[in-house]
Amino acid sequence: MDSLYREEILDHYRHPRHRGHLAAPDISHSDHNPFCGDEITLELKVEDGVVTDAAFDGRGCAISQASASMMTDEIIGKSLDELKQWGKDDLLALLGIEIGPVRLKCALLPLKALKAGVWGVDEE
Amino acid sequence: MIAIETLRTEFPALQRQVNSRPLAYLDNAATSQKPLAVLQAMDDYYRLHNANVHRGVHTLSEEATALYEGARGRIARFIHAPSSKQVIFTRNATEAVNLVAYSWGLSTLRAGDEVLITEMEHHADIVPWQIITERTGATLRYVPLAPEGTLRLDLLDTLLTERTRLFAFTAMSNVLGTINPVAELVQRAHAVGALALVDGAQSVPHLPVDVQALDCDFLVFSGHKMCGPTGSGVLYGRRELLETMPPFMGGGDMIREVRLSGSRWNSLPWKFEAGTPAIAEVIGLGAAVDYLSALGMEWVRQREHELVRYAMQQLSQVEGLHILGPGPEQRGGAVAFTLGDVHPHDIAAILDAEGIAIRAGHHCAQPIHDFYGIPASARASFYFYNTLEEIDRLAVALTKVQTLLG
Ligand SMILES: Cc1ncc(COP(=O)(O)O)c(C=O)c1O
Repeated sequence: MDSLYREEILDHYRHPRHRGHLAAPDISHSDHNPFCGDEITLELKVEDGVVTDAAFDGRGCAISQASASMMTDEIIGKSLDELKQWGKDDLLALLGIEIGPVRLKCALLPLKALKAGVWGVDEE
Repeated sequence: MIAIETLRTEFPALQRQVNSRPLAYLDNAATSQKPLAVLQAMDDYYRLHNANVHRGVHTLSEEATALYEGARGRIARFIHAPSSKQVIFTRNATEAVNLVAYSWGLSTLRAGDEVLITEMEHHADIVPWQIITERTGATLRYVPLAPEGTLRLDLLDTLLTERTRLFAFTAMSNVLGTINPVAELVQRAHAVGALALVDGAQSVPHLPVDVQALDCDFLVFSGHKMCGPTGSGVLYGRRELLETMPPFMGGGDMIREVRLSGSRWNSLPWKFEAGTPAIAEVIGLGAAVDYLSALGMEWVRQREHELVRYAMQQLSQVEGLHILGPGPEQRGGAVAFTLGDVHPHDIAAILDAEGIAIRAGHHCAQPIHDFYGIPASARASFYFYNTLEEIDRLAVALTKVQTLLG
């Protein structure tokens, strides 16, 4: 099978971690990809500049959903300063797959929401 | 009896392997593959006859002009146009709709006038009318969809009125596959004094089309969906209308004379063909029309009908699969579907790994997807060269997707 759908990706897609909403998030950001209809809302709980909890909600393809699940798992415990330095390669390393240009947008949607959230960019 | 396997050998792209499997090309509603005859005709033009048309007195220019205008004549016959002067070359169906919208629409529509289109239209037959009705103050109305994927023709009486100046609709939906009753709809438009524009982008490649029998005022289609090259498209129009419509674009070729004080337009069809046209592409489309005519459009229709009937039967066995649109009797070669909650992009990506090419997304028909409350769908679309084995492979691969992600 296509390496795009390796077992770990499928596992995160079938059993997403941190799906849902936080009671009182300090940071919340929504984004979407009009090309394929993927949507994500990312929420963060922040104490002393460190992410203590995270949640995501939304819908989309297996790649965007698995990416959101893996990313929320990873960012808990990281400082906002660290996350501001985060980039595309960090997320792709987590996913561990080769991704073509079209699906890259799906994979990176959670990261877009994260970056906008930690930098305090207004939602559209 | 036409042997499909022999016929397939005439399409180089169908011989390809994709991800180590034979390519099953099921994205024909987006664009078709091209037979050798079309590639050869374009190659011959560039190798032997390459020159600009209509301007030279030298041999190559005369040859190129004869090939270009010869293609126009054959395309006119293919759609049963009374005269080749009524066949105007555009880049594609989209440009042909825009030509009518900007030329006829801008010069004719006023506040209080109405343009009627349908919720089933491709964006190519929606957006130009949104732009032009907004500019002119005219009102744009839509014939709604019924849940079965057909048009609510029961509402036509209230939607088509003496205010309607144009009824523009697709002959066949590129998502739902629905074949609309074109001749009847044209008649309904004419009954209230409206013009009828038929979007033939999906019908001309797949069905016999006779503009005189349909009695339509305009017909648009794209060459690349009917074995021809990209960059070739057609606007057919009723002669009196084309004669009175102002030019769409200005430039060389579309004028009779240019003076500093003003210019006079060329006669039909050149009035609407400004600048050097897509000569090789038009010649290629001429070859495509010859190719399809040799097969026979009745045969093409029958063949696709068989494929679609079989595909709907096979796909409906896949757990969680839901087909959009009407049953096989009322549809052409496009079958859009959803598979449980699996995102269409995942479906298309997993199928691609099996060498099967389908399309995922909204297929430039967002209103249809809004109507069904889904962001996107997957679509398999067939042409005469597809096989039952390819449909079997599609069904097996979809079952695999269901197991993996369902
Ligand atoms: C029904 C319909 N109309 C119009 C178009 C536009 O065709 P083109 O993009 O070649 O202009 C398409 C192509 O997808 C279509 O399916």
